[in-house]
Amino acid sequence: MKHFNRVYLILIFGILYIPIITLIFFSFNSANSTAVFEGFSLRWYRELFSSPDTFEALRNTLILAISAATLSTVIGTAAAAGIYRMKSKLAKNAINSVTNIPMMNPDIVTGMSMMLFFVALVGILSIDYESIGFTAMLIAHTTFCLPYVILSVLPRVEDLGKSLTEAALDLGCTPIQSFFKVELPNILPGVISGFTMAFTLSLDDFVISYFVGSSNFQTLPLLIYSMTKKKVTPDMYALSTLIIITVFIFLVVSNVKSGKARRKESHK
Amino acid sequence: MKTIVCKLLILTFVLALCFTLFSCGKDNDEEGDVSSKDKITLNVYNWGEYISDGSLGSYDTIAAFEEYCKNELNMNVEVNYSTYATNEDMYSKLSGGAGTYDIIIPSDYMIERMKNEGMLYSFDVTELENYKYISEEFRGMYYDPDECYSVPYTYGKVGIIYNSTMVDPVDVENKSWDIMWNEKYKGKILQFNNPRDGMASAMFLLGLDINSTNKSDWDKSLEKLVEQKPLVQAYVSDEIYNKMISNSASIAAYYAGDYLTMLDSNPDLAFYYPTEGTNVFVDAMCIPKNAKHPELAKEFINFMLSPEPATANALYIGYASPNSLVYENPSYIEEMGEDAMEVLYSEDESRYPFDPFYHSFSPELLAYTNGLWENLKTENSTELWVHITSVVIVGSLLGYAIYNICVKKKRSKDYRLRDKAKLLEKRNAEKSKASAQNK
Repeated sequence: MKHFNRVYLILIFGILYIPIITLIFFSFNSANSTAVFEGFSLRWYRELFSSPDTFEALRNTLILAISAATLSTVIGTAAAAGIYRMKSKLAKNAINSVTNIPMMNPDIVTGMSMMLFFVALVGILSIDYESIGFTAMLIAHTTFCLPYVILSVLPRVEDLGKSLTEAALDLGCTPIQSFFKVELPNILPGVISGFTMAFTLSLDDFVISYFVGSSNFQTLPLLIYSMTKKKVTPDMYALSTLIIITVFIFLVVSNVKSGKARRKESHK
Repeated sequence: MKTIVCKLLILTFVLALCFTLFSCGKDNDEEGDVSSKDKITLNVYNWGEYISDGSLGSYDTIAAFEEYCKNELNMNVEVNYSTYATNEDMYSKLSGGAGTYDIIIPSDYMIERMKNEGMLYSFDVTELENYKYISEEFRGMYYDPDECYSVPYTYGKVGIIYNSTMVDPVDVENKSWDIMWNEKYKGKILQFNNPRDGMASAMFLLGLDINSTNKSDWDKSLEKLVEQKPLVQAYVSDEIYNKMISNSASIAAYYAGDYLTMLDSNPDLAFYYPTEGTNVFVDAMCIPKNAKHPELAKEFINFMLSPEPATANALYIGYASPNSLVYENPSYIEEMGEDAMEVLYSEDESRYPFDPFYHSFSPELLAYTNGLWENLKTENSTELWVHITSVVIVGSLLGYAIYNICVKKKRSKDYRLRDKAKLLEKRNAEKSKASAQNK
């Protein structure tokens, strides 16, 4: 049984991480290939930093991901707080299932319908598609991130219950004060995890961006996809490696921090 | 409580609005830095990795064009460059209305289709100052006989790439497509992963017209491909690079320019053009009908034909250029090397009696050929156990769901019956009590 455990663990982690390790490995390849390793070099990192297109796309992706995550977190948190306070159970259920539709919907349906909607909108307003390029992407990304935020905030709101807020109101808070001073700090972990989820979802979305994207707003996934006419250049591996390292550092730091906090608490 | 919700909602919207305004404002600021309000944005839509983009010290075409506009035309131009992966992607983006572009670079058959659908802007191409450098051979092509829609950018031919250490020299002596049907190389052959190119390889071998409108020709081609299927290692597009470079496959059909890229990493590779004939493609610069700055787009095309950008792009892409300023340029020839020049620009010796260019198909024929290709790909491609497992999983899920529903119904019926029985008992008890009292 012990052996089985070990093999099982190795198998799972192998499948999870070997592809990533391969990618990191080949990003240091001196040859223009993903199959033959010819020697260590930083060539692709140099190439990456000298290519303006990639950075433009990366910038776009980050701007979009941060904006969409922020916007959907704000709307989602408000929505969660609102849904919790609904009196009619029927309306609550209805709203819950309606907000879940963008999550259950296949991306391709969301993407197509968004594109149709924006094209029609552009036609009615008789403006260029480019002039709403970023806005269209922002709306589309916020829409599909929203249910995830609600999903991670709503349980926190439900756990918190009404009594604290009501106490705050009794003690003289205005409703807004009670939300920001009492409710928000308590549901903050849920809000943050919602934000992170929305951020990652928006960062790697391809299908919806593919349909909605305009000529003046190309994101990284779209750029990489368009390279398949010739071949995906290894500088993309270099970029992915940098992203992985960033995420890794972020995770380590946050884990160490929360570990320290827990130890402090237990000391008390 | 309701007021809190209302206020929250209002707050959210205000915040959201602020945020969008803020982000838009930021964009405007950025543009404002570069000065002048009559800044023109030129939207260029090109294949991925299909222009010299300044990476690793290469020539930065886009920046050079912006500079050129500033100095020569006294215009403040910003090029907005984005990319696509297939002709069909580009077509659907344009016809869907989700994008207005000033420059697009479709392939021959797509130009024909877009021209027929009235999607291209018409102008006298010969008026462009640098058009005279385009080789005679590539003027007035079938898709644009009156030279009023397109200016060729690159061209190339499909050929057979093989690994000289793994393939017997005798088998490539006759320079034929039949090596891709050679049993000896079972599991070492790569075939195109798109219907047009894949089926064409069989049609060349059979001596059929690749633009045939006769469905039986396509059926024959499918038959040939079905025959080939057991020998094929994989149906590939850009994975071909890795497979050929790492020697995991030994025979493939692909474009001459891409062969040269592979050759850089694997010197064992060799190449020939099949004598039965092969496909020739031309990618040409066009202006869509709904372009906002067609005049500037013409300037862009003209600029792309001038010596420096044309040479830099030809070197970067690695495909043949129809521009005499490029293929007669000594430094270009030197950079490419004699062998590569031979591969890219060799005279056609094929005895193919038909037009080697792809033509645009009628929607009906397109659907028919795509259907055939689908048949080829799906035939036995997933193994039986996959089907069985999925059927078992779906079946058991369904069974469980139905069982659950039935049990619930039965239970609730039981409960209802029990309740009813209890109720009756109660009533009876009350009744008997009452009657006893009455008595």
